[in-house]
Amino acid sequence: MIAKKNRSAIFIKDLPKNIFAGFVVSLIALPLGLGLALASEAPPISGIIPAVVGGVIVAILGGSYVTITGPGNGLVIVLLGAITTLGGGDLYQGYLYTLAAVVFSGIVMMLLGVLRMGRLADFFPASAIQGMLAAIGIVILAKQFHIMIGHNNEAGNIISLLGQIPSGLYSLWETDNLSVLFAAGTGILSLLIMVYYSKIRNRYFQLIPAPMWILILSIGFNYFCSWFNIAYPIGKKFLIPIPEDVLSSLVFPNFDKIFQLDFIVIVFAITFIASIESLLSIKAVDKLDPANRHANVNKDLKALGLTTTISGLLGGLNVVTVIARSSVNVNTGATNRSSNFFHAVFLIAFVLIFQEQLRKIPLSALAAILVYTGYKLATPAVIKKIALIGKEQIIIFLATVFTTLTTNLITGIVVGILITFIIHALLNRSFLLFITNLFRPNILMFREQDGGNYFISIKYFCSFLNYYKLKDKLDLIPENEEVVLDFSMCSFVDHTVLEGLENYREIFDLKGGHIELIGLDNHETDSVHPFAIRKIIPLKALKPIERYFTKRQEDLKETAKDFGWNYIPKKNKNTLFLRNFVFFYSRNIRYSYNQLEDLEGEKGVFDIEFTEGEFIAKEVVKTTLMYISLKKNIPLFMVDKEGLLGVLSKLSGSGFENIEIPNHPDFNRRFHLSGENPEAISKLFTDEIVLFLESNPYYHLESNGSALLILKKERLLGVKEIKRMIYFGKQLQDLLQSS
Amino acid sequence: MNSLNRPFNTILFGFAFSPSLKVNILETTRLAHFLNAKLILLHVGTKTDDKCATIETLLQKIAYPETLPEVHWVEGKPVPTILEACNRFSIDLLVLGALQKENMYQFYIGTIARNLTRKVTCSVLLLIKPSRIRVPCQHVVVNGFDDPSTPGTIKKAFQMAKALGAKQISIVEEITKKEVHVTVEDDRSLKRASLRKERLKRREESRVRNVVGSLPETLLTSITVKIQSIFGKRGYSIGHYAEVVRADLLVMNAPEKSGVLDRIFPHDIEYILSDLPTDMLIVRNSL
Repeated sequence: MIAKKNRSAIFIKDLPKNIFAGFVVSLIALPLGLGLALASEAPPISGIIPAVVGGVIVAILGGSYVTITGPGNGLVIVLLGAITTLGGGDLYQGYLYTLAAVVFSGIVMMLLGVLRMGRLADFFPASAIQGMLAAIGIVILAKQFHIMIGHNNEAGNIISLLGQIPSGLYSLWETDNLSVLFAAGTGILSLLIMVYYSKIRNRYFQLIPAPMWILILSIGFNYFCSWFNIAYPIGKKFLIPIPEDVLSSLVFPNFDKIFQLDFIVIVFAITFIASIESLLSIKAVDKLDPANRHANVNKDLKALGLTTTISGLLGGLNVVTVIARSSVNVNTGATNRSSNFFHAVFLIAFVLIFQEQLRKIPLSALAAILVYTGYKLATPAVIKKIALIGKEQIIIFLATVFTTLTTNLITGIVVGILITFIIHALLNRSFLLFITNLFRPNILMFREQDGGNYFISIKYFCSFLNYYKLKDKLDLIPENEEVVLDFSMCSFVDHTVLEGLENYREIFDLKGGHIELIGLDNHETDSVHPFAIRKIIPLKALKPIERYFTKRQEDLKETAKDFGWNYIPKKNKNTLFLRNFVFFYSRNIRYSYNQLEDLEGEKGVFDIEFTEGEFIAKEVVKTTLMYISLKKNIPLFMVDKEGLLGVLSKLSGSGFENIEIPNHPDFNRRFHLSGENPEAISKLFTDEIVLFLESNPYYHLESNGSALLILKKERLLGVKEIKRMIYFGKQLQDLLQSS
Repeated sequence: MNSLNRPFNTILFGFAFSPSLKVNILETTRLAHFLNAKLILLHVGTKTDDKCATIETLLQKIAYPETLPEVHWVEGKPVPTILEACNRFSIDLLVLGALQKENMYQFYIGTIARNLTRKVTCSVLLLIKPSRIRVPCQHVVVNGFDDPSTPGTIKKAFQMAKALGAKQISIVEEITKKEVHVTVEDDRSLKRASLRKERLKRREESRVRNVVGSLPETLLTSITVKIQSIFGKRGYSIGHYAEVVRADLLVMNAPEKSGVLDRIFPHDIEYILSDLPTDMLIVRNSL
């Protein structure tokens, strides 16, 4: 009861914040909604309906916290296609048919939610999705640019529209149509406002978002003209067509075509793009949420589907979760779904109260807002970012963009997926790696008994094709836990997975947990980018590993700096100093790498690769060790928590015998201590040391007389574990040298 | 010798004349010695003087001459012949050599071994890493699934561990997504799922501990027992686990009689067979 009371108290306390956030968002949503509808060749009001319906219903039924719903950028390309093809030239009729498609896509989306298909977005390669978004941006830009400069009737495919941009600009010099010139002027001025808005550092100016400034200024200009009795220079056909009475002019979808193939294809396309856009946005907003809440994606999908159906029935476009408006929402202090609701309330209030004023908005001003939005989706910076990840990503990206522009969105994304797959196969020189292992479960998760962290081992390959399996496991781990992901048995990891894992890492860090990737340092890559593809090709000469660092290596470098140590990532074959440890009697060391060493060269931590057994029974093992050379000689001994590493059975022949320390029955029971000289060892193991070991039981310890070897697990250690090991080693060194 | 330390009485090894014949023979005779069992070597194929001579010379080199195996030659189709031999000699352990990444591997594991493991009425040991010299068995991994045959399997695993001198035995039980019952969608369901998982884990562990507790004392001495819950695909992930902890022997329940559907959708043991991580013992309890 107390919790419930508390919650409603918090809700009321936060209400002003959410109302304000809703207000600010509605200022952006109004021009964008109108613009997106116009860009889709639908009546402007159809872009407001989804925002209003969405705001109300998703705020009540949704599963996310600070998202804003409304008409989305991505849908422009699909809806535009739908309206033109279904209408067969008659745009209004096409719009009515498309509304029917919207209704059905809402139903399909609800089904996706019920079937828990919220993971749908995980099946697509990141670069292909980027390409798809860029293509959408280009489409919006190509169409709207002409409207922005006062040319309302340009038509043709996207490529030719893009080609017409220079001649369109040039024709502005030659025209004597004042309306066109003024429309173009407003458009270009609006574009400048969009571009330079963020550069103006004025608190009061920044209170109103850029798109709203454009509306205020253009409406203001209209009033200015009428007050001074100047004829408004922009003709009626360059202004937004809003019906006289908004409420009575709602239309009803036309269901005549629902059994035709092209209709069904359109329903599929709308659902696909709406789901992808929403899922990507929800995921992105999760990271922005100041309270670090985890959205229930499937619940959101169900709510979005229901809203879309209702919106379609009322004559509105689809409802999706939109990232730009959501991030404004978070930035202005929204804390819960009520801000989405208030955004809807303000929107409907604007439309009803300011009908008269809205009719004075020039189309070119709205187009300018869209041109900017489109450009944002396809800036050269996007391509540059992808190019940094790797050359192959550029190919995937460009192929997706080009196919989407020349054919349609679905073909575009399919081509993107195929090309990604082919590139992966070529990079690994093996189709079989993917084909034979695709359906094999490749993820093992368990909780390590010493330390209590989660351990996930990944086999074969891990790419966009089977990333969902890894995600399934990661989703089961509470975000305040520590996780070690071991890729040493996995020969290929792609960009989609590494980027996805980075997202997980951020969320875990926010909530006090930790994710570490191990076993990737030896994988080959061609790029410095942390998300670059990493692969191991069997039987190929090992390339140097220090060229491009993994996240772990970067962290190791940082750790070295913290301790004032040196970090040497290079492979080092000089491992003779380890030979006289019993542990390595029967193990062949190949090389050590990722060395952290103190300046005197006294102690160090490094990864090491060694083999056990011979020929077919040979196994390659990678682990992390600490080495400490001591200033004085101590007896040979070996301490091992029972069963920790199973090294003892290999001791036969080393001349070691079991030793019990007097007066420490608990220590004797828990640890295996062995050595050659029981007397000296008993003397060395003072109460202090025994106590210290009892409280740090996770290490295997060996002395060869003049140096110590510390080993935790027969696997590579994460950076956090390495830090603990160094701390343990330092303390032990002090204790041993003082005794 | 105490019957406790004799998990198996009669071992059958079906051999073929492959490059690995020698190591296979050395390994199986060694195994028979450690298990204190009688070894029968069976070749499905024609008996020629050449082949006889090869086997004779090999048998002279074995390290434990006191367990000299019987050699039998039978002609016929491999699977029915071996099955028939198992019944005739009342075999309780069938050993199959299966080299990873060799054609024989494909041959045995792909068809014959899979067929045999499904049809045979005794336990099966698949050797993937036979060795000329003894590689001590350190770590045994055994399944602890909630299944009526599990206690028997765990007992056999302990007997094997004892006979082979292993230091550690890990009993692995798998917690599947289905058992958790909660689909993780947001913070609340995650919390519920974690609680449920913890409860399941404790329940499973106490079940396994009961099984271990009912074993005779002598089997439990000088061996470290570890109980580990893993999350993964049933029957498959245990193989992955054995690979991660680098176990030397994996002990599994025999699959139940499988129908047509199971062959179309491979599961449990089929997964492991297609990608053997270590030597594997499939225990069929004849009780």
